[in-house]
Amino acid sequence: MTQLLQDKDRIFTNLYGRHDWRLEAAKQRGCWNGTREMLEQGRDWIIGEVKKSGLRGRGGAGFPTGLKWSFMPKEVGARPHYLVVNADESEPGTCKDREMMRNDPHHLIEGCLIASYAMQAHACYIYIRGEYQYELSVLEQAIKEAYDAKLIGDDNIHGWDFHLYVHHGAGAYICGEETALLESLEGKKGQPRMKPPFPANAGLYGAPTTVNNVESIAVVPTILRRGADWFAGFGRDGNTGTKVFSISGHVNAPCNVEEAMSIPLRTLIDQYCGGVRGGWDNLKAVIPGGSSVPLIPKDICDDVLMDFDALKEHKSGLGTAAVIVMDKSTDVVKAIARISYFYKHESCGQCTPCREGTGWMWRVLERMARGEAETSEIDDLLDVAGQVEGHTICALGDAAAWPVQGLIRHFRHEIEERIENYRAGRPVFTGAVAAE
Amino acid sequence: MSENMRTIVIDGEEVTVPQEYNLLQASEAAGREIPRFCYHERLSVAGNCRMCLVELVGAPKPVASCAFLVKDMRGGPNGEPPQMRTLSPLVKKAREGVMEFLLINHPLDCPICDQGGECDLQDQSMAYGRSGSRFAENKRAVEDKNMGPLIKTIMTRCIQCTRCVRFSTEIAGVPELGATGRGEDMEITTYLEQSMTSELSGNVIDLCPVGALTSKPYAFNARPWELNKTETIDVMDALGANIRVDARMGGVLRIMPRIHDDVNEEWISDKTRFVWDGLSRQRLDRPYARRDGKLAPVAWEEALGIAAEKLSGDASKIGVIAGDLNDVEGLKAAKDLFDALGVTSLDCRQDGAKIGGQGREGYLFNSTIAGIDKADAILIVGSNPRLESPVLNARIRQRWLTGKCEVGLIGEAADLTYEYDHIGTGPADLAGLSKKRTGFIKALKDAERPMIIVGQGALAREDGAQVLRAAGDLAAKIGAVKEGWNGFNVLHTAASRVGALDLGFLPGEGGRDVAGMLDGASSGDVETVVLLGADEIDTSRLGQAFVIYVGHHGDAGAMRADLILPSAAYTEKNGLYVNTEGRVQMGARAVFPKGEAKEDWAIFRALSARLNKTLPYDDLNTLRMKLIEDHPTFGEIDHAPGAASAADFDPAQLGADGDVSDAPFESPITDFYLTNAIARASKTLAECSAMAAGARAELQAAE
Repeated sequence: MTQLLQDKDRIFTNLYGRHDWRLEAAKQRGCWNGTREMLEQGRDWIIGEVKKSGLRGRGGAGFPTGLKWSFMPKEVGARPHYLVVNADESEPGTCKDREMMRNDPHHLIEGCLIASYAMQAHACYIYIRGEYQYELSVLEQAIKEAYDAKLIGDDNIHGWDFHLYVHHGAGAYICGEETALLESLEGKKGQPRMKPPFPANAGLYGAPTTVNNVESIAVVPTILRRGADWFAGFGRDGNTGTKVFSISGHVNAPCNVEEAMSIPLRTLIDQYCGGVRGGWDNLKAVIPGGSSVPLIPKDICDDVLMDFDALKEHKSGLGTAAVIVMDKSTDVVKAIARISYFYKHESCGQCTPCREGTGWMWRVLERMARGEAETSEIDDLLDVAGQVEGHTICALGDAAAWPVQGLIRHFRHEIEERIENYRAGRPVFTGAVAAE
Repeated sequence: MSENMRTIVIDGEEVTVPQEYNLLQASEAAGREIPRFCYHERLSVAGNCRMCLVELVGAPKPVASCAFLVKDMRGGPNGEPPQMRTLSPLVKKAREGVMEFLLINHPLDCPICDQGGECDLQDQSMAYGRSGSRFAENKRAVEDKNMGPLIKTIMTRCIQCTRCVRFSTEIAGVPELGATGRGEDMEITTYLEQSMTSELSGNVIDLCPVGALTSKPYAFNARPWELNKTETIDVMDALGANIRVDARMGGVLRIMPRIHDDVNEEWISDKTRFVWDGLSRQRLDRPYARRDGKLAPVAWEEALGIAAEKLSGDASKIGVIAGDLNDVEGLKAAKDLFDALGVTSLDCRQDGAKIGGQGREGYLFNSTIAGIDKADAILIVGSNPRLESPVLNARIRQRWLTGKCEVGLIGEAADLTYEYDHIGTGPADLAGLSKKRTGFIKALKDAERPMIIVGQGALAREDGAQVLRAAGDLAAKIGAVKEGWNGFNVLHTAASRVGALDLGFLPGEGGRDVAGMLDGASSGDVETVVLLGADEIDTSRLGQAFVIYVGHHGDAGAMRADLILPSAAYTEKNGLYVNTEGRVQMGARAVFPKGEAKEDWAIFRALSARLNKTLPYDDLNTLRMKLIEDHPTFGEIDHAPGAASAADFDPAQLGADGDVSDAPFESPITDFYLTNAIARASKTLAECSAMAAGARAELQAAE
């Protein structure tokens, strides 16, 4: 039995909103404690600690955060530096940032100050998802508290002039892609930019910019307070730290929970979510990291660890650690078709493979879900997914292709069966009837 | 190897290319052709079509070669040069994938598509397309958009490359096109279903790699392979844009730009592009003589006889006015003939511009058009370049966009597609500018390469010579003319003006200018007036004079004429034209003159024999040799003098001293689309003119 994360090691101590999120209460939980002293240790120390902690970006790609910060120019040139926090949490299944901003906003605000200081940015923008009205309101109030308490702003008690702005998105998934986010922030149509140049060289308004996920920034103050070694003590090598998992779908108690990295998937589901609906053996498949990563079937779920590398070995990914559990009642083809529709709907339309390919994949999948397809089309679909993957400007093309590839990799037999059923005039979907 | 160069390996072959090249350019330098749709040399890089993917050795996925720079390539761990592959199976597969995606929603209507035969998608699908389709779904259909009388849209064919959007935003400076919707619902549109107001809008037809944007007037007229293509020169304005005239069976069916980086890059104005239907309307195809108040057709023999009789009288009672579209050879023949007859009242300045006669630099665009790319401050005096030369205006805009050039304007405030410092409206503001110490004058004085552009709006007025002096004074004061740079520029509006001034087609000793001739005709002192395609004068002032019209279109001049000698339009003759920067360019015949019409020079050659003053040339070549002998500048084809003689040029000596009036400068062009006889005969341009007038009225009403 794996040792579960103890309460004393949780960073987000108010994840469930059982306490007050306001400044006074947050301070009692440890926020803003010793911030000035941390800043006094200097930029290199901060970036070094973050590197040492092994923190990998929590937005999905898992790029080492400290390394990303170190890409920023060492000296401020003609243009100012910016920090942009990506709070456009739109990946289906993911709802971790929402809870942090709702219930623990001061973690984020403090993190923004520290990260901005480390990158010599005097201004930071939080780009918040359009649908997050309540979170926006909480964040704005928390920021006002921080201004009023002189924690941030001009001549604040930390000695680093710093302004924090919240920008409200308009609800497009693509604006969560870092360069599309920058375009949107600049007031343009949210379409990803070409890389290079990377934002660290030419980002917001052409100035050096770092874009980080909410969680990546919000954990930094605690890492610095408790030490990189403490954070690095959780999880496996290269997959360290604690992480907020969002578990949804066919579990008895869907929840967000902060746990150590590399926790076995089964433990996560059984210990925190009351197990799979109908028992572990009723499990069909799990999408382990938000809708864009390929699903994994039950036999992999049995013993897979929840971290970047373990899931990658199984050709999936940790993504945002949004675990979507599907039991045997699930029409998995239809489910992936729905995900495909989402990507088709959210494609920005800028580049060819994604614009044309997402709609194609969705339409074929819809037919396959009804069994109205040829068996040979399965390979065609896989080929089309391969033609989208890796050929687009941003990663939305990959995100659209992966679920389809995962489906065919693990559930090809089910599609074939449907096609046969349809031809034979039998009901196409013969899976267990939903236990609702 | 210079520091700016880098050696890279393309398909196993080492090449050395500049660092700032993108991989597509580098590949072309190595002789590899990369397919592309969205990339265009003169537009910003969009990188959205994904057709130009190449493989970078060591990179996890293929990259768009148009958007990746050589300097961003990573070499091997031991300092090996970076490698890329353009022919590998991975690249081929990627491109085939992109091609398939482009085709799944592209209609199969090539047989009825006007782009057929010159379609990038069609051509590249030959190399990268599949033989059959795997796409079993319904194809997307997109509603067509209204883009006005020039551009026909079939938006289902659109592949969303956004070249048109980038052109209208960046080059034309009129951001009227954009993409709405996202994903597969993304559509290119004018937002409000309004026609484009840019004078350069037709260029999106050339830019469109597929048949989504095609020419409306040319629709269903011809296939590209049936057309005879003739490379020639445009006469719609004084820019001398390089064009290609496509004709079939004696009719011009379309006009397209040719690339000339020093003149028009690869753009032409809508007037240049769509004037061709005017070439088959209102044509003078046989001689006419006025009998009992009506023009009646006559034979050439008879017509020449009448002309010879009228021209053999008192030379001081004859006046000759040259128009705006003439070739140099025709003017030369006319000038030689009338000189021989002793006629001194010759003028080529229909608009009455007070210019010429003082040395070439005094009336040329001395900085050259390409020089705009180097200018760091530009003062525009009495001109609206957007209407007078839209392509040149776009070049000023390009320079302004770099942020390295300030623009000032003295004249009518108008939307020039770039911001400018509006200094004033009249001659007083021009004179006052040099007395100022701050503001735009400082930018002009500090500029390394300042430009002063004087338009015809400043010169074609009573005090034109004085305004010219004031502008020249200012040029001298700010040091615009120096070794290697001549910043004094005259922007002409007439294609034949500079050529005629070079010939000295100006009043001789005791001769009358245009205004003098018209006064004389009104009062009866001038008895015979010869109009060489001159239609922009006030013909009601010709009084009782006998008017001989030598021209090709039935316009104002022909209406008033007593004798019409039909000549060839610019697409119908080989001829030289000199553009506003003094660049001599050779036009070529695309089709034969209409009916019995003759080339201009041949008419005067025939007439000279009747008058016993036989001109010493029997063919065009001999004429040209004589021309070059008399005026050596015509021998330097495609050469703009620029600052060559800047050292001997004192702009302060230009024009004449004297008082100026208070009247503000007015651009000579009020209706861009209808500035000459050919344009006025064009239905297409008439429609454009009406739309533009409507838009102007609407704007005024709204204000």
